[in-house]
Amino acid sequence: MNYELVCGLETHVELATKTKIFCSCTTQFGGEPNTHCCPICIGLPGTLPKLNRAVVEYAVMAGLATNCEISAVSKMDRKNYVYPDLPKAYQISQYDMPLCKNGYVELSDGRKIRLTRIHIEEDAGKLVHQHGDTFIDYNRGGVPLIEIVSEPDIRSIDEAVEYMQKLQMIMRYIGVSDCKMQEGSLRCDVNVSVRPKGSDKLGTRTEIKNMNSFSHMTKALKYETERQIDILESGEKVVQETRRYNETTGCTEGMRGKEDADDYRYFREPDLVTISVPEETVNKIKAKMPEPYQQRLDRFINEYGLPEKDAQMLVERRRIADYFEAAAKGTKKPRTAANCITGQIFARLGSDDEKNDFDVKVTPENLNALIKLFDSGKIRMNLLKATLEKMLDTGRPAADFISEKDLAGIDAEALEKVCEKAVAANQGAVADYKNGKEKALKALLGAVMKETRGRANPQEAEKMLISLIK
Amino acid sequence: MDYGKIKKINRLLESKEISCAELTQKYLGAIDKENPSLNAYIKTTPETAMETARRVDKKIASGEKLMPLEGVPMTLKDNISTTGIETTCCSKILSGYRPIYDATVWNILKKRNAVLLGKCNMDEFAMGSTCRTSCYGGARNPHDTSRVPGGSSGGAAAAVSGNIAAYALGSDTGGSIRQPASFCGIVGFKPTYGAVSRYGLIAFASSLDQIGPLTTSVEDAAIIYDAIAQYDKMDSTSSGMAKPAYASLNNDIKGKKIGVAKEYLDGVREDIKAEFEKSLKVFESMGAEIVHLSMPSIKYSLPVYYILACAEASSNLGRYDGIRYGYKTLTYADRNDMICKTRSEGFGTEVKRRVLLGTYVLSAGYYDAFYKKAQNLRGTIVRAFESSFAQCDFMAAPTVPMTAFPMDYTPDNPVETYLTDLCTVPVNIAGLPAVSVPCGLGSDNMPVGVQVIGRKFSEPLILNAAYKFEQAACAFKPVETGVKL
Repeated sequence: MNYELVCGLETHVELATKTKIFCSCTTQFGGEPNTHCCPICIGLPGTLPKLNRAVVEYAVMAGLATNCEISAVSKMDRKNYVYPDLPKAYQISQYDMPLCKNGYVELSDGRKIRLTRIHIEEDAGKLVHQHGDTFIDYNRGGVPLIEIVSEPDIRSIDEAVEYMQKLQMIMRYIGVSDCKMQEGSLRCDVNVSVRPKGSDKLGTRTEIKNMNSFSHMTKALKYETERQIDILESGEKVVQETRRYNETTGCTEGMRGKEDADDYRYFREPDLVTISVPEETVNKIKAKMPEPYQQRLDRFINEYGLPEKDAQMLVERRRIADYFEAAAKGTKKPRTAANCITGQIFARLGSDDEKNDFDVKVTPENLNALIKLFDSGKIRMNLLKATLEKMLDTGRPAADFISEKDLAGIDAEALEKVCEKAVAANQGAVADYKNGKEKALKALLGAVMKETRGRANPQEAEKMLISLIK
Repeated sequence: MDYGKIKKINRLLESKEISCAELTQKYLGAIDKENPSLNAYIKTTPETAMETARRVDKKIASGEKLMPLEGVPMTLKDNISTTGIETTCCSKILSGYRPIYDATVWNILKKRNAVLLGKCNMDEFAMGSTCRTSCYGGARNPHDTSRVPGGSSGGAAAAVSGNIAAYALGSDTGGSIRQPASFCGIVGFKPTYGAVSRYGLIAFASSLDQIGPLTTSVEDAAIIYDAIAQYDKMDSTSSGMAKPAYASLNNDIKGKKIGVAKEYLDGVREDIKAEFEKSLKVFESMGAEIVHLSMPSIKYSLPVYYILACAEASSNLGRYDGIRYGYKTLTYADRNDMICKTRSEGFGTEVKRRVLLGTYVLSAGYYDAFYKKAQNLRGTIVRAFESSFAQCDFMAAPTVPMTAFPMDYTPDNPVETYLTDLCTVPVNIAGLPAVSVPCGLGSDNMPVGVQVIGRKFSEPLILNAAYKFEQAACAFKPVETGVKL
């Protein structure tokens, strides 16, 4: 029998607000254990939470970017459970009145994965097992999270991965999270069931907890799908349970069954007041949001005349798209700026993280000035490239590396001298050219450009060389 | 009659009849003498008290004028966080816990050079009406030390009534300020929910808890209220709508309508009823008019209160696991065993009972029948008060259906003790302000109090009414022990 995967995701995204959700501690990743903490985020007796407005704003942005309705009124609830990394023994979350609901994410084939809801909540601390003992680091406790819950609309592992990548891209693009899976700022729980293809009934699902990389997610989903199909094929029933993915064995393992499921005893958080986000506020947030991804992509292609692939590379990260627009401003061919970024600059940014951070020494204004020199014909492409390298090394402006002489260009008389010298020094190439090898001219041209440090006009130099050879 | 302490102390200090250091010594001496029989204090803080006193004396010597609360020796209930001073809620589970921050109310008073004499006894985590659930043993009633002072702010009430503190701050979740004030013959004032910051008050039931003063006069209560009722950005439920009350104390209450709901008298002892009737006559003699009301939903107050308070408590008390602070069991097999044993050994019976009840009413399958229903009824009670206040300016009711009972009194079941809260819990459910003032003595010669209840943020009006009543009724019966000013 042919089976179909039915999958829904609960994705946790850490918000990149400066401070935690209920206190003014920093949200910075890392730091010495328990140094990003205060009486509030470690839940000392008598302390009270105070909701960070920026968290609500960021979550509303996430909701708008995923086509959600924003609730005018929502509230916080307590989710009660006991674990040492949760210092109050309850997590402040949202239960029955989430901030955002009924959205969707569109995949590349146009299929929409519906979102049930997005709610805000606090992250827990972390247990650290060391020297045969367990320690607790509460630095992450109280870092704001949004949980994005999808409907079971995903039908393949590829779709699951694409959905996550799309979420990652959207959240980064609107700047609410850096979505680094290895740092835990993007992670998800996957609900998986299978059913005979064509059936519209949902099978019994299992939930795989805490997927923290795309490759683990792919492997876990593959294993779990096959496991469930095997069970159904052998005529048995899938048991509803929570499972974990074992990175070493590549298998999923049962953690707890339905009957052991926690009873979280949700109830309204009495220490916080109702959250109201009137339409007016939503509109203000909308106005602050960047141009939607798709719109910007289309604009980059149509307005700047960029190839789709290049446009995508630039738009994928808002910081880079903004950089490009500033660098290309007022230049003759925006593609020049695009090539500088996707070529030389990207060459220096190896990992995705480095691209995300886009920590580049050259300001877009300095790059813009360099490109304008090129546009005006004062420098050639190879000098532009060489200068850009030096600028990338030092952060200094183009003017520091390009002399008056460079800018002055080269007159016809001087060019003739250089060309004569090149012809004299490359008789082999001259002979080849005479024998019909057109390409041999390139070697001569190269020698000329080298000699003039790129100041020569290649078309003129070529003409000159041909006339000299003939 | 001037029963108050605050203005008198201010006068004595400014006229240099006594130095603040001498006054503080006097109080500390009286504590040494009286506390063994009252057990009102579980801890004294003589060094910090004397340090503050000397600072005040310097200020006086330099001719500076004192703020009203400056240099006044006082005490705090042990659930109000004080930096560096052990704060235990009279529970073994918080033994050794020294807060690293100040509760907002203490921060305010500290800045005004309030002289903190020590921390006061209370029912464990404010759960009780007798002060007997304290892990330090119960406090006693200064009017008769064979009786309880009430609770949960029993130690605070005993200290103020026994004249070993000029005033105290307590907390009131279901009557924990007003009930012991009534039992000990003093003034107990629970402000509107949100009028005073709860930041630093160790939570029992967050939607009901409110800090307020226990004093020997309404005037003192108003002075303290005006100082501590401030908007606090650390408490999202603090409102900033509180209006100062002191300036309104002496207003005429002629023509004011006083609502009396007959349901408040159900189950009230006959001699208490008689005292209450006498109180109404006093109000009438000042030209106020009695309006008879009916609030049938009042009878749901107790079950609603115990469901909501226990539910919130079960969550609030989850954090005491022995990992970060307070008591931790000595021997254990693993992490779960440690948490389990710590909580089993650290909490007393009443706290365990309420945590279990609260866990139960929030559990899947029981939530709708208990918690949700109680929430709905809370709304019903709120609306009942609203319609009552459409017909009157403020309400009056007995504070407690009885007088202080003997220390060795053993109820047949816990619910019997819960009945002492009958007249006090409705205002907590509705978030209203209420003040209890002494109004006479019961047949057992023990103090009886009357409550004045108001609309939200009508503190100026109810303290005005209570002040006028206090002046006209002359029912305050001071205890002869302790510091005489």
